[in-house]
Amino acid sequence: MGGGDMPELSYREAVRDALSQAMRRDGDVFIMGEDIAEMGGSMGVTQGMLDEFGPERVRNTPISEMALVGTAIGAAIQGMRPVAEVMYEDFLTLAAEQIVNQAAKHRYMSGGQLKVPLTIRTQGGAGWSPGAQHAQQLEAWFVHIPGLKVLFPSTPTDVRGLLWSAIYDDNPVVFFEHRTLYGLKEDVPDELEPIPIGKARVHRDGEDVTVIATGRLVHESLAAAGQAEEDGVSVEVVDPRTLQPLDEETIVDSVKKTNRAVVAHEAVTRMGFGAEVAAVIQHQAFDWLDAPVERVGAKFVPLPFAPVMEEFVVPHQAEVYEAIMRTVGRNGD
Amino acid sequence: MAKVEKKGSVSEELLREFFREMLLIRRFEEKVEERFRAGELPGFLHVAIGQEACAVGVCRALEEGDVIASTHRAHGHTLAKGTHPNEVMAELYGKLEGTSHGYGGSMHLYDVERGNLGANAVVGGGLPATVGAALAFKMRDEPRVAVAFFGDGATNIGTFHESLNLAQLWQVPAVFVCENNHWAESTPAKQQLPIEDLTERAAAYGMPAMHVDGQEIEEVYASAVAALDHARGGRGPVFLLLETYRLTGHYVGDPQVYRPKGELQELRETQDPITKLREKLELSDEEFEQADREAHELVEASVEFAKAGTDPRPEDALKNLYA
Ligand SMILES: Cc1ncc(C[n+]2csc(CCOP(=O)(O)OP(=O)(O)O)c2C)c(N)n1
Ligand SMILES: [Mg+2]
Repeated sequence: MGGGDMPELSYREAVRDALSQAMRRDGDVFIMGEDIAEMGGSMGVTQGMLDEFGPERVRNTPISEMALVGTAIGAAIQGMRPVAEVMYEDFLTLAAEQIVNQAAKHRYMSGGQLKVPLTIRTQGGAGWSPGAQHAQQLEAWFVHIPGLKVLFPSTPTDVRGLLWSAIYDDNPVVFFEHRTLYGLKEDVPDELEPIPIGKARVHRDGEDVTVIATGRLVHESLAAAGQAEEDGVSVEVVDPRTLQPLDEETIVDSVKKTNRAVVAHEAVTRMGFGAEVAAVIQHQAFDWLDAPVERVGAKFVPLPFAPVMEEFVVPHQAEVYEAIMRTVGRNGD
Repeated sequence: MAKVEKKGSVSEELLREFFREMLLIRRFEEKVEERFRAGELPGFLHVAIGQEACAVGVCRALEEGDVIASTHRAHGHTLAKGTHPNEVMAELYGKLEGTSHGYGGSMHLYDVERGNLGANAVVGGGLPATVGAALAFKMRDEPRVAVAFFGDGATNIGTFHESLNLAQLWQVPAVFVCENNHWAESTPAKQQLPIEDLTERAAAYGMPAMHVDGQEIEEVYASAVAALDHARGGRGPVFLLLETYRLTGHYVGDPQVYRPKGELQELRETQDPITKLREKLELSDEEFEQADREAHELVEASVEFAKAGTDPRPEDALKNLYA
């Protein structure tokens, strides 16, 4: 990645850049959410946008998640391209009715008459001890709902290119950002290059094991891959980036090459997105597998507050490394 | 609509007690800010500096057996409901000796034994269960009241409206205490509330409301006593609106870029509930300093207690999931 005259952007700046470019180009794009105007959002993503675009298009909303998402649905149906920000993904649960029963189903229930070109941006993630109601990873909930697209980019380039595609997609997109990645920097192409929804990114080529990871775990997995390489195990790291639709082909092709797979995410392992990936792999690459698909995710508890417990609950490089080593029949110690 | 009127005055002795308690909360929260800035406290924190009279005035009006639900801004409510500063501080340090043994943190302070059913980090999250607690009291014929604290911003969320409606419909013994500090994070009233007088929201459900100056503890206390009386007497819920001020950022470390220049300074000079009570009581410097020393000592001791506390073991995270 990177090189030459490419600008460097943080993940946070990359989100802001995609929003701003779309809003400059297109009067139908606007943003709404809690504290996104003067304060620039609780994560600082929309800082400065009020000055550029004014309060009509950078709309602070009351604390009313259901109405804020629902209003965005209504505007989208009228042909606007709203981007609604839900401050923490934990609060998607308050808007779940509108997302699950309304946004996801209008097109279908209308027999194809309506479309809902809506993007719901949200963020979450542990690692800073916010407690049980401020850092969950709920992406799997939404992958389970036909009619929604679900994106979860893990780098500045990906977040910029995919947010653009989400805004211009004619369907409701739930767009997950990871709290701990906002400061991450990467050289990005000079011109914003839209990234097609449904295309995985292979971060690292390898021969022995494929790790399919999302969000923060992409970076933990890359670190674990480096560690495994020192032990002579060559690891390929794939980030689906788009959870729905899922680029099954890239994942399956990789596993057919390496014959071993680890799925890794920060969300609770049980019923997590990795369960679906494991099912895809076992079904399409059964004869190629040399080891059971390993799963890495959070333990089956809410997020505890005390840092020592939080650290224990969510996975890190070490858990990915150990899972990699298990697939090659070593205990990883 | 029934009217709820406050009655009687508060003895000077009681007011002096209130003063000491408010000062303790203030010093506790200043210490919390300081320790957070020093990097000792994990997570993120919201202090209620400026809102001490609300917490103390309401909690001191409660009777044995009454319960409260708190918010993300919970330290004051928790201390006022009788939890020892040591336990609160230990929770903020993530220690086993804390109120929730390190599982909760600042936004999830629970002390069930003392009737604190928990602070909630989801705005409006505690309101329905307050109505439910009150329903249980009513069904069991217990003379108890359930009290929900929440902010002005919370009056915009669905649970607020659904809870008030149901509470009034079923005439449960609940008191809804709205601490209107005029901000929801960075969002001022004019960006989130199309009405000025929030008691209109209670009126929409036919619920009696009281509207008082939340910086005057005497007012808060007397109104809370009346509201609790009303609810306990089987006459249904009351909406208690307290006008108050957040004399600090939304969270510790908030640069408050959104706040008009000078607002904070002016409010600190004119709307500090502790200064107001000090003046009313005409406390001498000596009296003040003694109370202040006591507060500082308790707070310092709580920090020592917390720091000397025990870290949970990592595997403890797996406990307490199911009953
Ligand atoms: C459902 C929900 N939405 C958003 C938030 C983020 N948030 C935390 S506090 C807060 C403002 C609350 O304002 P108010 O109710 O007036 O209480 P105050 O902070 O002023 O005490 C917001 C938006 C949240 N915790 N829960
Ligand atoms: Mg408020």
